[in-house]
Amino acid sequence: MLSYISKRLFLGIIVLLGVAVITFTIARVIPSDPAVKWAGSRATEEQIEAARETLGLNDPLPIQFINYIKDLLKGDLGYSLRTHQPVAQELKTFIPATLELVFISFIIAILLGIPLGIYSAYMKNQLLDHVSRLFSIGAVSLPTFWIALIFQLIFYNYLGILPLGGRVSTEITILYELPDITGMLLLDSALVGDWYIFKDALIHMILPCITVALYPIGLVARMTRSALLEVLNEDYIIAEKSYGLSQNKILWVYALKNTIGPTAIVVTLSFGYTLMNTFLVEAIFSWPGLGNYVATSVVTLDYPAIMGATIFSAVTYILLNLLADIIIALDPRVRL
Amino acid sequence: MKNIINIDLIKPKIKEAKLSLYLLKKDKLTRIALYLSIFLFILALVGYWIVPYPQHIADEANSINKLQPPSMEYFFGTDELGRDIFSRVIYGTRISLITGLFSVGLALLIGIPLGAIAGTMGGWIDELIMRITDIFLSFPPLLLAIAVVSVLGPSLQNAMLAISLSWWPWYARLVRGQAISLKERKFVQAAKAIGSSNFKIIFKHIIPNTVSPVIVQASMDIGGVILTIASLSFLGLGAQAPTPEWGLMISTSRNYFLNAWWYSIFPGLAIFITVLTFNLLGDGLREILDPKTRKN
Repeated sequence: MLSYISKRLFLGIIVLLGVAVITFTIARVIPSDPAVKWAGSRATEEQIEAARETLGLNDPLPIQFINYIKDLLKGDLGYSLRTHQPVAQELKTFIPATLELVFISFIIAILLGIPLGIYSAYMKNQLLDHVSRLFSIGAVSLPTFWIALIFQLIFYNYLGILPLGGRVSTEITILYELPDITGMLLLDSALVGDWYIFKDALIHMILPCITVALYPIGLVARMTRSALLEVLNEDYIIAEKSYGLSQNKILWVYALKNTIGPTAIVVTLSFGYTLMNTFLVEAIFSWPGLGNYVATSVVTLDYPAIMGATIFSAVTYILLNLLADIIIALDPRVRL
Repeated sequence: MKNIINIDLIKPKIKEAKLSLYLLKKDKLTRIALYLSIFLFILALVGYWIVPYPQHIADEANSINKLQPPSMEYFFGTDELGRDIFSRVIYGTRISLITGLFSVGLALLIGIPLGAIAGTMGGWIDELIMRITDIFLSFPPLLLAIAVVSVLGPSLQNAMLAISLSWWPWYARLVRGQAISLKERKFVQAAKAIGSSNFKIIFKHIIPNTVSPVIVQASMDIGGVILTIASLSFLGLGAQAPTPEWGLMISTSRNYFLNAWWYSIFPGLAIFITVLTFNLLGDGLREILDPKTRKN
């Protein structure tokens, strides 16, 4: 198993290197002249030349690439064209808010998706099963940014029970100092025991989290269903049935245990897609996360910033793939 | 000559096709999706001629009637320039279907040859091509597209190009798997024995035989691709005003939606229905054509 994991690690490193080649190509080779963009629209010849020197664009491409890799290894993602600040530093302030959103959405997805999947496997080809199929396909077909607007329309505009967006109410940002330990506001306010801020932050999370969770709920439910259907035909389940164990015990204790592997894998692998949904949702709920950062960067075509976010997402995705591989390896039934 | 066509090989295929047709008849949801998708294609073809205000598809402003709620005159209301949203949404079908089909087509053009080469040649060429697909697959698809478009400049063409660039690896993988099993088949071995070049084997014998599973997969992907294009347009990286693209319309509607709900609702519904149709069709086709799920 150790050799298997080390082989996956090695492949992961190769893929990471490939990711660097692609991002380098997009950021340095395709643009006609990054220095012009860097210097701004009213720059003089000298200023553009100076920018070219700062960005290292006068070096031959292979040297530029080696420098690029060196910078990446140091965690240096270059400078934003818009703010001229280091991209890595900017990302650091935006990432926790996004992770907070993704984590909570996944918790919702698991809490709702697994029971939904279990019941639709149990009631295969009955009404609930059809509803869950329609729901999960529907959830993948929904434009996330649109459903977010609809939620705002209903819960803010018509019912007036939930806030329009943001992480906390404006008066709280003015009157209180927000705790900043991990950057995840919900966790931080709980850590310092400030329940007033905690409650406000929680209310602000409801709409964005539900919007983001829709897709993984459907996915988890479908995966649990199909894994469970496979398990329910196994001999040991039939044996348990013939011993007279209750249906609930078989379903929730013995059968479910063996579906956790495939479901866990799907959950890790759907992270990439969920992250993308988060990106679109953040812009609508003015959530100060990575997606909002990318959306703002998109407007100004600030591609170093976009590349930085891309590299971060790709690396996270590769690591999660690795995790999924390790989960597979931990299953004693799998021979490697 | 009559031995060239082996009846025993074809018989189960005919039986298979009959069974699939029977299952399609039984699966109501998939059948509805099939009819809906045909309807959408017809709408895309004739949309321009049946909408009440074809002049509103372009930029013609009519600001006296701006942001009117839905009425008998304007079924879906009007936008901030007084244009009929119904006409624009209907015409948008053409834009979404065409861009969706083109993006998938381009991805197929890249993915199929690469996958076929990898599967047929094997060895280091296979390793190389597959590692490249791994690399492309490790980017979240929308984000790679965002990165590419932000460098190339925002436009519908660039958005399509960017999406194909992030979609082809799936087809390469699929075709590679097919090619690996095809290359052991007798007709390929025979072609090899008479000295056909690798090029000829790949393009004349392998690729034509991978077409059907690839078509099924591609039809399943169209929904996702249309959604991605709409997302790019929503971010301002796809279609540009005054194109009546659904994602772009929702993006513009954000400035008005608290007072004009119809402006956001209808283009979004159009995206949802279109994508849902193709996804249901794809899901149904998979259930029907895959012997594994069929048993259940």
